[in-house]
Amino acid sequence: MAAFLAIIRRDLRLALRQGSDSLMVVMFFVLTVVLFPFGVGPETGVLERIAAGVLWVTALLASMLSLDRLFQADYEDGSLDLITLSPVPLSLLVMGKVAAHWLTTGLPLLLAAPVLAVLLHLNQDGFLILIVAMLLGTPSLSLIGAVGAALVLGARRGGVLLSLLVLPLYIPILVFGVSAVDAAVMGFEVRAQLLVLSAFFLATLALCPWAASAALRQAVE
Amino acid sequence: MHRFANPTRFLRLADAILPWSIAATVLALAAGLVWALVFSPADYQQGDTVRIMYLHVPAAWMGLFAYTAMAVASAVALIWKHPLADLAAKASAPVGACFTFLCLVTGSLWGKPMWGTWWVWDARLTSMLILLFLYLGYMALQGAFDDPQRGQKAAAVLALVGFVNVPIIKFSVDWWNTLHQPASVVKMGGPAIDPAMLVPLLVMTIGFKAYYVTLLLLRIKAEVADAKIRALRLTEIHG
Repeated sequence: MAAFLAIIRRDLRLALRQGSDSLMVVMFFVLTVVLFPFGVGPETGVLERIAAGVLWVTALLASMLSLDRLFQADYEDGSLDLITLSPVPLSLLVMGKVAAHWLTTGLPLLLAAPVLAVLLHLNQDGFLILIVAMLLGTPSLSLIGAVGAALVLGARRGGVLLSLLVLPLYIPILVFGVSAVDAAVMGFEVRAQLLVLSAFFLATLALCPWAASAALRQAVE
Repeated sequence: MHRFANPTRFLRLADAILPWSIAATVLALAAGLVWALVFSPADYQQGDTVRIMYLHVPAAWMGLFAYTAMAVASAVALIWKHPLADLAAKASAPVGACFTFLCLVTGSLWGKPMWGTWWVWDARLTSMLILLFLYLGYMALQGAFDDPQRGQKAAAVLALVGFVNVPIIKFSVDWWNTLHQPASVVKMGGPAIDPAMLVPLLVMTIGFKAYYVTLLLLRIKAEVADAKIRALRLTEIHG
């Protein structure tokens, strides 16, 4: 547990001191969402209809944008070798890195989403559900992304490849995330979608750190 | 299983199987195609478009089967470092991707006259499309490393991760209320399809499976030959 917290603390400190990485992710999210009213026209009705989908898709792309940095820096400077050599289970340390990734990218996205939802005229009934759904969904995005990030370590054009690997696996979360918000806006029951999102979160929490640590071991071999 | 880790022994076995699998492919496909396209009855609702099913269903099954085979071979390669399992997984991927693509195309051709649209975003179709993307991602990841061994291992982990999609495809028609029709061949209480249609369908399936085995063996043989040529070239350079 101490090692788990140490990894989170280290990654958060690195993110705070060296970088504008998480700020850039949020900026990307904001700018991409702001493009949509220009693209589809500023009519309130159209924007209201597509708001949930646009927010989710751009959040997905934004959280993917920062994934290639998740293990790459550690891989290059050799810290990854030390991390894999540690007596603590590697999957636990991977979970720590994922938690730090979520705190630096998922959480800022979550905070920015309501503001953007206002810009897109999302119906007020959908606000709370949007936040809850993203709270449940974005950790799964970070977890699935960690597997992809670990797999492409050392690959040529890893960033592009990463999107090819990770985006198909993101689709279920997108489907249920959007359908939860849509259901809330139309006044339907949203419990089922939120339960499915929680199930995805628990399943990815159980499986992804394990798969990612297997991939990391291959990378440092 | 470890008996066949020896390439020479494997090649001998492959050479023994190949004539039979080629014969089975030719016979089953020829008989099945004629039977399915000419002699089997037309559907009372769908008319002759039902004949697309004889290609579509075996292709879909083989798309899933090839992915399962790839995932099993990947697991064997990761756990026991079985050298031929790596080659089997690698050889299975493009074949399975082609079957999946064929399934999507024939389904789309059938969907236009029957549903009035080339494509609907229903759970079965979408999960099948994801399967195609998983195949493409697998092949891309495999070729993305300077060290082919490393690419093979990374791709093996991806194949196992992507395997979660296979049960989702199988049960998508039961879990969601889809436009795609539910299972009618493999289900509780026996097949709900007339023997006059079921038999040619099964013959086609056998033909597709034999074709897969043939291609798989040929591709593994080609990979082994490729490795031999590379080794020979290296000894030439160093010797």
